[in-house]
Amino acid sequence: MTRFSPADLKELHDAVGEALAADEPLELVAGGSKRDLGRPMQTPRTLDLSRLSGIRSYEPSELVLTAAAATPLDEVQELLAESGQMLAFEPPEWRSLFGSPLSRPTLGGVLACNLSGPRRIKAGAARDHFLGFRAVSGRGEIFKSGGRVVKNVTGYDLSKLMAGSYGTLAALEEVSVKVLPKPEHVATVVLCGLDPAAAAQVMSRALALPHEVSAAAYLPAGSVPAAIVGIAALRLEGPAPSVAFRRERLISELSSEYESTVLEDQASAVLWRAVREVEPLAGLNERVLWRISVAPARGAEFGEAIAHSLDALWYLDWGGGLVWVAVAGAEDGGAAVIRDAIRGADGHGTGHATLIRGSAALRSGVAVFEPQTPSLAALAARVKDAFDPHHILNPGRMAERS
Amino acid sequence: MKMPTPDAAVLQRRAEIIAALRQIVPGEGVIVSETERRVYESDGLTAYRQLPMVVVLPSRVDQVAAVLSYCKEMGVKVVPRGAGTSLSGGALPLADGVLLGMAKFNRILEIDYDNRCVIAQPGVTNLALSQAVEQAGFYYAPDPSSQIACTIGGNVAENSGGVHCLKYGLTTNNILGIEIVTMDGEVIRLGGKHFDAEGYDLLGVMTGSEGLLGVVTEVTVRILPKPTAARAMLIGFAKTEDAGECVAAVIGAGIIPGGMEMMDRPAIHAAEAFVGVGYPLDVEALLIVELDGPPAEIDHLIGKVERIARDHHATAIRISRDDAERLAFWSGRKAAFPAVGRISPDYYCMDGTIPRGRLAQVLSRMRNLSETHGLGVANVFHAGDGNLHPLILYDANKPGEIERAEAFGSDILRLCVEVGGVLTGEHGVGVEKRDLMGTMFDETDLAHQQRLKCAFDPEGLLNPGKVFPQLHRCAELGRLHVHSGRLPFPDLPRF
Repeated sequence: MTRFSPADLKELHDAVGEALAADEPLELVAGGSKRDLGRPMQTPRTLDLSRLSGIRSYEPSELVLTAAAATPLDEVQELLAESGQMLAFEPPEWRSLFGSPLSRPTLGGVLACNLSGPRRIKAGAARDHFLGFRAVSGRGEIFKSGGRVVKNVTGYDLSKLMAGSYGTLAALEEVSVKVLPKPEHVATVVLCGLDPAAAAQVMSRALALPHEVSAAAYLPAGSVPAAIVGIAALRLEGPAPSVAFRRERLISELSSEYESTVLEDQASAVLWRAVREVEPLAGLNERVLWRISVAPARGAEFGEAIAHSLDALWYLDWGGGLVWVAVAGAEDGGAAVIRDAIRGADGHGTGHATLIRGSAALRSGVAVFEPQTPSLAALAARVKDAFDPHHILNPGRMAERS
Repeated sequence: MKMPTPDAAVLQRRAEIIAALRQIVPGEGVIVSETERRVYESDGLTAYRQLPMVVVLPSRVDQVAAVLSYCKEMGVKVVPRGAGTSLSGGALPLADGVLLGMAKFNRILEIDYDNRCVIAQPGVTNLALSQAVEQAGFYYAPDPSSQIACTIGGNVAENSGGVHCLKYGLTTNNILGIEIVTMDGEVIRLGGKHFDAEGYDLLGVMTGSEGLLGVVTEVTVRILPKPTAARAMLIGFAKTEDAGECVAAVIGAGIIPGGMEMMDRPAIHAAEAFVGVGYPLDVEALLIVELDGPPAEIDHLIGKVERIARDHHATAIRISRDDAERLAFWSGRKAAFPAVGRISPDYYCMDGTIPRGRLAQVLSRMRNLSETHGLGVANVFHAGDGNLHPLILYDANKPGEIERAEAFGSDILRLCVEVGGVLTGEHGVGVEKRDLMGTMFDETDLAHQQRLKCAFDPEGLLNPGKVFPQLHRCAELGRLHVHSGRLPFPDLPRF
């Protein structure tokens, strides 16, 4: 296998152009932390983007940062922290999840996979913070889209298209993101002793109150060694007097029936890191791991239904909208049960399941990404062809034939 | 403004096309007479007018699908339209095209408080969404100034913003799902009540695609709990530079206000003359800063903003004591456009975004341009996110003034791009800024965008003549010359 490691835009352009000329598809890799996410590929060439690194411009008061796409995430976050800012979508690293503790996730990587952490419910997803980029498409052409300002509707929003395209449309060379101030203070209200139905109710109520809950998770009893009873966690962020006020209100409005405790600063950070990095389930290496997005109020019921049909452990993030499920003993990894449950009894349920961790054989055998209706799949295939007509970039990573 | 040349063959078959459309949408849903078509000849960008060949107002999704697939089969162009409030000519009709009005899709289909979303048909107005959930303490965040009239379908097409964008985002950040009909007549659902797209984010692509990719027939929006309270501050500055630096310092201090607006001297004077709410008249720039949240947070942040403003030589500071006063502070800003309409027979509203740090420089250069073009300009500015709305003052009855206003506007937008900004922050490209796309994007950039269009609408029948300065055939755009077998880049590092 030939490995290309371009150092700049021109070399990146050349590397894609040459792969195109040789008709030898490329696997795109930078930090390598999520290499095993997606369908397994057979590519004769590897395009290592990790040398496309470095922050190119950052003006805190403009709330915009521009960096080479493969700039390590920790480098970006450290620089932002110096100015009291952050990537508000709380990108997960998933290093322990994929057994690659030494890998360095990159900014371009989390954008290309559209990965967002617990603050997704308040601040939006990675895609909502992706302002613009420069890239080389599968046509071997350099192009750019978007801009370096936070408000822009000039032309199609191709940043959205790149987010979540897993490197199948273009190789990102430079990206611009919106950044936001770090909250001055953080506190997490933890309610104990909730069964799934109660958790669904509590999270729905909490998120309907004007207290700006920035994250809401539920760990059912037994989902982690520490969770002897089911616990719901609700995070509040902001200026100290505001957090103090909202914390009291939240407890008085929600928790008369439940025992509650408040985690501050470090303890709160540890909890949300665990939720974000899937720590409750990451160590269960023999299990197949799914990440499922459903309507938030359905999450708890969904988790219970899956655990009823399969040998499955689960927990909820995103106020119930994100269900993490670890399945054992099912031949298809639980795909059929999970995907049927998304549609629900009436067939009208919306959502999608992504097979995050499973053997290569399983990831070849069952759809890693949610199967689409024929007309949507055909449209997506035409989009792929528009950017990568010869299927040179990560072919087959998302869909079998493209 | 050059629009695609009308297709004589289509115009010749007008009667036949009308008859076929009447088979799909019976009764008053097909509008043929010139008087009635006249209503649709322009949108919010009234400088451009064109009678459509025929207007169709379907009321069901299957009718939309049938109209589009019929038009595709016949090679007839289609221009979708919501309420027609576009300020960039996004709904400007074509002489040989069907104008597809979505006004009859005006029902809210479902309100789901547990999942904090509303499913609505595209013709529901932006404000009606907020009103429908107001009783339960919710609202829909994006609030374009046309929110009484503009529709959610149009908001999706234009990715509309408003004064609360910095904190709460544009349309694209506040919708969860849509149903669209493509030019093939296929009905496709993207997203739903859940977060994030499955596969490629075509929901994100559709949002802000200005009616060129598909027709929106249903929208699922996120609703938010209304903030407990809000207060506004009026802050006057003797120097624009100080106002600009104050905005940067507020954000630098980690404060993201619910709204942060700036007006320059001409805009302040026009607004005060119109609404008389006590704006200071001896200042060069006026900031309105709104803070929302629990009272404890608002008090805390108002104290901080006040200190920052004093450090930046604010000459006047007022803080709203109650909601009536807060709304009064806003009333001048919200009425800025009609207020300017009173001091000038006509005005032309621009919409560039700039890096905030370049504000003083841009305003100073704009004053020079104002002298060069011999036309006045008043500025209102979404200071929080850098979105500038210069209002160029002109008189359409004076020969040559409209052309000068357009030339002035183009110069302003080129200036925005030159300082690192963009052509449009929230109004869209439409026909208005179409021919300026080349200042931001090169041919290759535009070709990548147009190939996306080809994936949705290979014949280019949906809203052609908008957004892109040149129409290319998809076959021509798709060509790719690959020299097989050759290694054209011998210097490439390999490992």
